[in-house]
Order: sequence, then structure tokens, then C-alpha cells
Amino acid sequence: MSTPQLSRHAPPLFAGPLAWTEDLTVRFGRRDVLDRVNIAVQPGEVVTLIGPNGAGKTTLVRAVLGLVAPSAGRVMRRPNLRIGYMPQRLSVDQTLPLTVRRFLALWRPVTAERIAAALDEAGVARLADSAVQTISGGEMQRVLLARALLGEPDLLVLDEPDQAVDVHGQAELFARIAEVRQRRGCGVLLVSHDLHTVMARTDRVICLNAHVCCSGRPEDVSRHPEYHALFGGHAADLAVYLHHHDHAHAEDGHVVSGHDGDCCHG
Amino acid sequence: MWCPAMTGTAAMDDFVIRALAAGGGIALLAGPLGSFVVWRRMAYFGDTLAHSALLGVTLGFLLGVNPMIGVMAVCVTLALALVALQRRRNLAADTLLGILSHGSLSLGLVALAFLETLRVDLMAYLFGDILSVTNSDLMAIYGGGAVALGGLALLWRRLLAVTVDEDLARVEGMPVEALRLAFMLLIALVIAIAMKIVGILLITSLLIIPAAAARRFARTPEAMAALASVFGVAAVVAGLLASLNWDLPGGPSVVVSAAALFLLGSLVPLRR
Repeated sequence: MSTPQLSRHAPPLFAGPLAWTEDLTVRFGRRDVLDRVNIAVQPGEVVTLIGPNGAGKTTLVRAVLGLVAPSAGRVMRRPNLRIGYMPQRLSVDQTLPLTVRRFLALWRPVTAERIAAALDEAGVARLADSAVQTISGGEMQRVLLARALLGEPDLLVLDEPDQAVDVHGQAELFARIAEVRQRRGCGVLLVSHDLHTVMARTDRVICLNAHVCCSGRPEDVSRHPEYHALFGGHAADLAVYLHHHDHAHAEDGHVVSGHDGDCCHG
Repeated sequence: MWCPAMTGTAAMDDFVIRALAAGGGIALLAGPLGSFVVWRRMAYFGDTLAHSALLGVTLGFLLGVNPMIGVMAVCVTLALALVALQRRRNLAADTLLGILSHGSLSLGLVALAFLETLRVDLMAYLFGDILSVTNSDLMAIYGGGAVALGGLALLWRRLLAVTVDEDLARVEGMPVEALRLAFMLLIALVIAIAMKIVGILLITSLLIIPAAAARRFARTPEAMAALASVFGVAAVVAGLLASLNWDLPGGPSVVVSAAALFLLGSLVPLRR
């Protein structure tokens, strides 16, 4: 197993990354959806993939999950790595009668007590006996996160967790992800559309457009010319906010502010 | 229970009991498997496999093996062919199923016509002949049924997971393709043992109608499967009694009873 090429911003951890790619290339037809992509996720690190539509973000996540086969290059994982995957959305066919409790029990042998605890932790205990088809998008997302956490993952993978919920739900969700990361020390790989949320809650941003345009700490990436080329006006918008964030960072010394009230309004 | 056919000779009682035992056994088995057919939206797939069974019967006769083995072999070949064809993606699944379904049924009919020396009761294969069930048929139903139910019980949780979301199941390390194939094999097995009872044109109805009737009353997958079995057995009993009383064809009577149960069930008001 060769050493993965790490971004220079990756925090040095002796155990090495949880999962990484080596010149990962994925071709659909003649199109290179991913072109020699090298990324790595370290234990305890939150890595966010951003990029325009069609940049290959979801494909990269699916390749890391083993759902898409590389056309060239490799996807590597630490041996026996436990991955908790939270998909963008999940719709269960109306024909299948399934309660939330039962849904959580499907994926591995798990005791009723642990399911109850997971539902409690996710704040959806009252939904335990509701049909999965009847709960709201935000509730479903909490359930999906609870499901992913039931497997005690080393790596949490979230595909656009901000898409199905409103701003308030987003803040809550990201706070919870940050909390889980802190408590369990798992790595987090997430895809996001929402630049503001991303910047406030992540250790490292990877800006993707088939290839890795730039990667690094959020405030560095936001100054990168390729990033501006990709996001144009939105990037300028973001820079104002980031300035604000930098300020908060200097004051209290925390990398992630953990406070949502003052963001998103650059 | 008054029933003229059941008040006759001992021999008559015997064939009625065998018919009830055969139909009941198949209905029990069809409950959980049919629920999966409904959940996985595979009704047309089941139909396609069933239609190909006639070809299997013919091959069985040609090769001098048990028709059931011929049916299993053809069903599995067809399932694999379908998986291979679906990879091409330039034709929709229902089109492919239509081609395979009618193609294999017609091929079975043509092949049967070539076997001039063989006299096969075609109607019995198409619509079933529940009143002529033999003891060895019963053994096949209960033996094969036990294997199918055991297999289903073993795979139950993982099959449900794959039905809910294949990607999630795959990330959790479940062998999705193998599970899908195993499920197809289970359906093929049910078709092989139920063919003689309800006939290849009506097998799918015994799988999906009781399950569909049970859906409204169930809150868990297990409850739906169990209730589908109960409805299925009820339909078999009602259909057989009607068949004996009024001299109606057995298989169709059972299916009509099941459909009537479904209609009745959908009229029952539910408290929400």
C-alpha cells in the first residue's frame, strides 16, 4: 500500500488517513467525470467537497463508498473501516409498511435498546412508531443520520445533507455533525451546495471541478483564484462572511465557531 | 359447513383434502414471498418467469427429467438473461419483460406442439388442476415450500434492506447482487411448485393479490406477510368450496376469491 498524496493542509496524524484516493479517474462514456483526483480524509477531520453542478462531487463520494468503480486510479480505505453513509434523500415505497424503528433495525443486528437510544439522541423518539413514508424531510434526515451513527462509523459520509431542510434545520444538522465528530472522533466527508454552511463547519474544503481545483482551509480556498473562477459572484459574497468568521476565530481561538447566529449574513 | 361434494365417498373426501392441503400450503408460502414481489415491484417479473414455466415443462419431458427441474432451470436462465439485457439500458425493463414473457410462453407452446407423441393437458398447465393433486405433488409442495420459506427467513432482514435502498445495503457490506439472485431463485421455486395447482397464467395473482389486500392492515413488513398468508389460505378455501359446489374451474375460482377479498378489504374503513 503506497502512501497517499496528502494535501499540505492535512493535519499530521500518525495513524494516516481513513480513506483516500490515488489518481482516481471515473469515466462515464467519453466524459471524465473525475480526472486524477487525490483526496484524503483524516480521523477527526471534516472535509467538504464543493463545486458547481456536474463537477463530480457525488461521483467522488460514491467512489469512496465503493458504489462507483474507478476507471483508473484507486480508492483506498483503512482496513475494516466502518462507514456511515447518509444519502441525500431516501424514499421508501408506499407498498412497504415500515416504521422508523423497524427501518433502523434493518441494516445490522442491533438491540431494541440501542435503537431507542439512537432515536432519542437524534431527537426523534416520538417518531419511533410512525411510518417512514409519513415523516417530513427534516425528520427523515435525522433518522438517516441516526441510522448512519448506529454502525459506530469511523468515517461519516454525507451527500448534500443541507438540501432537504430549511436554514434552521441545516444549522441544527451541522451542529449535530460537529458534535458527533467531537464525541466520537470520526472523520467526516460531506458534499455541500451551501457555501456559507460549509465554510463555518469544516476543517478542509476541496473545490472540485472534475479535477481538484484547490483544497485547504476554508479561508485559504476562498482566496484562491480558481475558486473565484468557479463560484464568481457567490464567492465575493462569501469572502465578506469569511472575514467576519476570521474575526470571530481570532477572538475566541476556536476554528469552528459552533455558533450559528452570526453567520450566513455577510 | 354444508357442501355436497364433501358429503360423498371417502375417495372424494381424500381429493378434497389433498386440494385444500396443496392450495393452503402454496398460499402460506405465497404470503411472504408475494409481499416481497409487491414491495420490489416485481409483479410483471413474476409473471414473466411463470410464463416461461411451460417451456420448462416441455424441456423436462424432452430430456426425461422431472418437469419441476425443467421449470427451475428455465426460470433461472430467464432471470439471468434479464439481468444481462438490463445492462444495455436502451430498452425499458417492462419492454424486455414483455418480450421475454410472451416469447418464452409462445416458445413453450410451439415446443409442446412438436412433441406429437406426448399428450399434455395444456389447460391444466395454463390454469391449474387443483383437484387432481397427488400425494407426491403434496410432498413437493411442502418440501419445496419449507426450503423456500427457510431461505426467505434466513435472508429476511437483508432482503428488506436491499428492498428499501440498494446503495445503503451495499455500503453496509451486503451482497446485493447475490441477494437479488437468491430472491429470483425463490420465486422460481414457488412457480415450479405452484404451477400445477393454479396454473402458470394465474400464479402471480396468488402472489400479489393477498399481499396487496394485506397492505392496508399492516404496520410492519412481518405483519403484512403473515396477513397475506391468512388471506391467501382464506381465498383457497373459499375458491375450492365454490369450485366443488358449483363445478367451477379450481384455479380461477381461487383467484376470483382472492380478488373478492381484496375488494372487500379495500372497503373496510380504517381508523387513522
